[in-house]
Amino acid sequence: MEGNVYIPKPEEQLPSVDLEDSQGLLQWISSVDHKQIGILYLLMAVLYLLVGGLAALLIRTQLIVPENHFLSPQVYNQLFTMHGTTMIFFVLTPATLGFSVYMTPLMIGANEMAFPRLNAFGFWIAFFGGLLLYFSFLAGGAPDTGWFNYAPLNERAYASTPGVDYYCIGLLLGGIGTVGTAINLIVTILKMRMPGMQLRHLPVFVWMVLVTSFLILAAFPTLNAALSMLLLDRLWQAHFFAATAGGSALLWQHLFWAFGHPEVYILVLPAFGILSEVFQVYSRKPIFGYTFVVASGVAIALLAFGVWVHHMFATGQTNTFNAFFAASSMLIGIPTGVKVFNWLATLYGGSIRFTTSMLFALAFLVEFTIGGLSGVSFAVVPIDWQLTDTYYVVAHLHYVFVGGTLFGLLAGLFYWFPKLSGRMISERLGRWFFWLFTIGFNLTFFVQHFLGVIGLPRRVYTYPNLPYYGSLNLISTVGGFLMGAAVLFLLYILYQSIKRGEKAPDDPWDAYTLEWLTTSPPQLQNFGTVPPVRSFQPLRDLKQDLNKTKTA
Amino acid sequence: MLYSLAPPSIFDPASREADRLYALDVYFIVASLAVLLLVIGLLIYIVLKFRAQPGDEEPRQIGGNRKLEILMIGGPTVLVAIFFYLTVTTMRAVHPPAGNRSPDVVINGRQFWWEASYPGTAVTTANEIHLPVGRTLLLQLRAADVIHDWWVPTLGQKMDAIPGQSNHLWVTIKKPGIYDGVCSEFCGAQHAWMRIRVVAQPEAEYRRWLQERGQSARTPAGGTALTGAHIFKNATCGNCHRVRGTDASGNAGPDLTHFASRKTMLAGMLPNTKENVRKWLQNPQAVKPGALMPQFKYPKDSLNALVDYLVSLQ
Repeated sequence: MEGNVYIPKPEEQLPSVDLEDSQGLLQWISSVDHKQIGILYLLMAVLYLLVGGLAALLIRTQLIVPENHFLSPQVYNQLFTMHGTTMIFFVLTPATLGFSVYMTPLMIGANEMAFPRLNAFGFWIAFFGGLLLYFSFLAGGAPDTGWFNYAPLNERAYASTPGVDYYCIGLLLGGIGTVGTAINLIVTILKMRMPGMQLRHLPVFVWMVLVTSFLILAAFPTLNAALSMLLLDRLWQAHFFAATAGGSALLWQHLFWAFGHPEVYILVLPAFGILSEVFQVYSRKPIFGYTFVVASGVAIALLAFGVWVHHMFATGQTNTFNAFFAASSMLIGIPTGVKVFNWLATLYGGSIRFTTSMLFALAFLVEFTIGGLSGVSFAVVPIDWQLTDTYYVVAHLHYVFVGGTLFGLLAGLFYWFPKLSGRMISERLGRWFFWLFTIGFNLTFFVQHFLGVIGLPRRVYTYPNLPYYGSLNLISTVGGFLMGAAVLFLLYILYQSIKRGEKAPDDPWDAYTLEWLTTSPPQLQNFGTVPPVRSFQPLRDLKQDLNKTKTA
Repeated sequence: MLYSLAPPSIFDPASREADRLYALDVYFIVASLAVLLLVIGLLIYIVLKFRAQPGDEEPRQIGGNRKLEILMIGGPTVLVAIFFYLTVTTMRAVHPPAGNRSPDVVINGRQFWWEASYPGTAVTTANEIHLPVGRTLLLQLRAADVIHDWWVPTLGQKMDAIPGQSNHLWVTIKKPGIYDGVCSEFCGAQHAWMRIRVVAQPEAEYRRWLQERGQSARTPAGGTALTGAHIFKNATCGNCHRVRGTDASGNAGPDLTHFASRKTMLAGMLPNTKENVRKWLQNPQAVKPGALMPQFKYPKDSLNALVDYLVSLQ
């Protein structure tokens, strides 16, 4: 077509890169192609999801009845620590990065990432970081101090197995890889966009990837510093966090949450991006208030660095200090709320197709609103004083990470699966999976709000036989096993679709963005030429132009 | 009875401070349910009304609406402003600074039990903490090892006990009763069994309790309990435990001066019975794995004598 833009070929081609040969293991290991690395990230997320999920089911089994003796407290504490650490750092992070590195070049009309080798490095070092964390089981015991690993419990005097050392090293490696990938994504988005694509033409997903990458760049160094300090404490008797030797236990909390709260947004903003694409395509409407949606993402990112003390309201700070962080934590609820209403307005007046992807996106709106509202309750300091560190928090954080991030990722998986695999995914089985998973999820976590309200703290390996404690925990465990079954069913659906699914056309959903312009799956070279871009829905523009030419 | 009939709920406030928090809870629940129902209601309406029909035209492409956007930002902003005001006023009401006032009770969190001492008296006890009703008390919170967290849901806010600093908490209990709580900051292997029991008593009864518990332990008149007292001394129990009125003056484990007057043992894990004390002394790690109590090997007679001594410490 006239005026098409030529996209330079990928430069970094390894000699063996040949699509005929793309099933070879060596080829996957040595690949610097962003699509293969994206898939590797997703496979890593699935692998660790199974391991972290197994830990979750063991936890739920232990809690099925009061005063259970299924697991010893020492084993239970390792399991809940590994469950949290795995899910945050080795499931949700690689899953969001997987979609980010796979889709970003495609959506901006590029043929590769800015630094293909850094991309491979980022993945592999994070992958081995995860293996090292798990090696701790063989090396004398996994970390057993919780995923946020508070001082001074994390010091040698109280955590004497090498578990916490492996936690530090594993997360440091994961953190280095994540920072590398973030730099790569930033440079790719800023420098590799196809000629003529302005920032205001970026799909919302790519905007969220950009914002997230800056968040990673600013937040992870704080974590890496804290982990290094802790290693110094543990291995060479430094005293950063040991109060008895003039250190400060609270310093760890400040450093950890100055990373940890931005981390929540690092995991949820890419999901916001995915949902923004999914809502548009399946309601046949452009995102309502593109500028507001993008700007609220930026606002969330900026505010994210000023809210961390809401994890520490019960540590005995002054009222004035707490009031500042209460205000900032409430403020961050505004741009988040704006997004929910923007999505509703996008749907309003649309022509809605209830694909599996869309079902997850619609359910997200409810689940994430629940998680968001319970989140605001922690900004209300006196409510936080009651409910922090209880099962109410466990419910809240799962509504954010599962109901928010994971529902978004699943919407993305069903949306992009034809592009990733070249096969259509079974919508019929997908719907079964959706209902099984959503019902299981709500059974597991909704009742935990009540458990917190009636006095059950989090991270207890067992609990006394008080009224309702047993029955609510039983419901939660049943829900947990439903979720487990749903995940196995999902793997079956994926396997089945790859083996026997219909061949996917290039653009099965009649979508709006450039990844659907190329073949399914894309070749090593994503694009030869790309039509000029004039909006954030370039593919829709192209199709309309073609229609006009036809009718004319 | 080890446990009360109702679980300790924040919706069952028993102190004036908890009343304030409860009021805020109610406002918050009303507001957030309103928002949630608005979202769910809109979603249901949209899903029912705008389902794709075969042969649908492409819907009207609306890129945004400035007025609606401002409303979307304005609505939540008003709500946030209201709750910020309520947050600050409630915080100031229930948690003013301690100033120079000396605490009524000093609570020290330890792996995995609570030590309470009453300044101005000789009383130090563990896990079952007696407090008077009707006046505003200042509790001071400290930690001896790692971070713990004091939380009795019916009495109001929780507060961390942090090594190297002291925190405070105000509480005005409305009526006598037993109020249960639990450590709410993960503190190691036995975090689950670091429960708290507040025994709230009328002022006079409380004074009597303080006076009684201020007395030293009585040496057993004779019999196996007296033998047990000697074993207690020879087995070096006193290196970790204190029994006022004897040489035993350790402070790593709970003060046992009036051990037998407590209804529960091991921080609310078991009823304080002779049988449970025996089981515990026989093999602490089997009863409460991860607890810091070392295991001693006693001949059967010595064990029985030791148990007799401990249950005599009324």
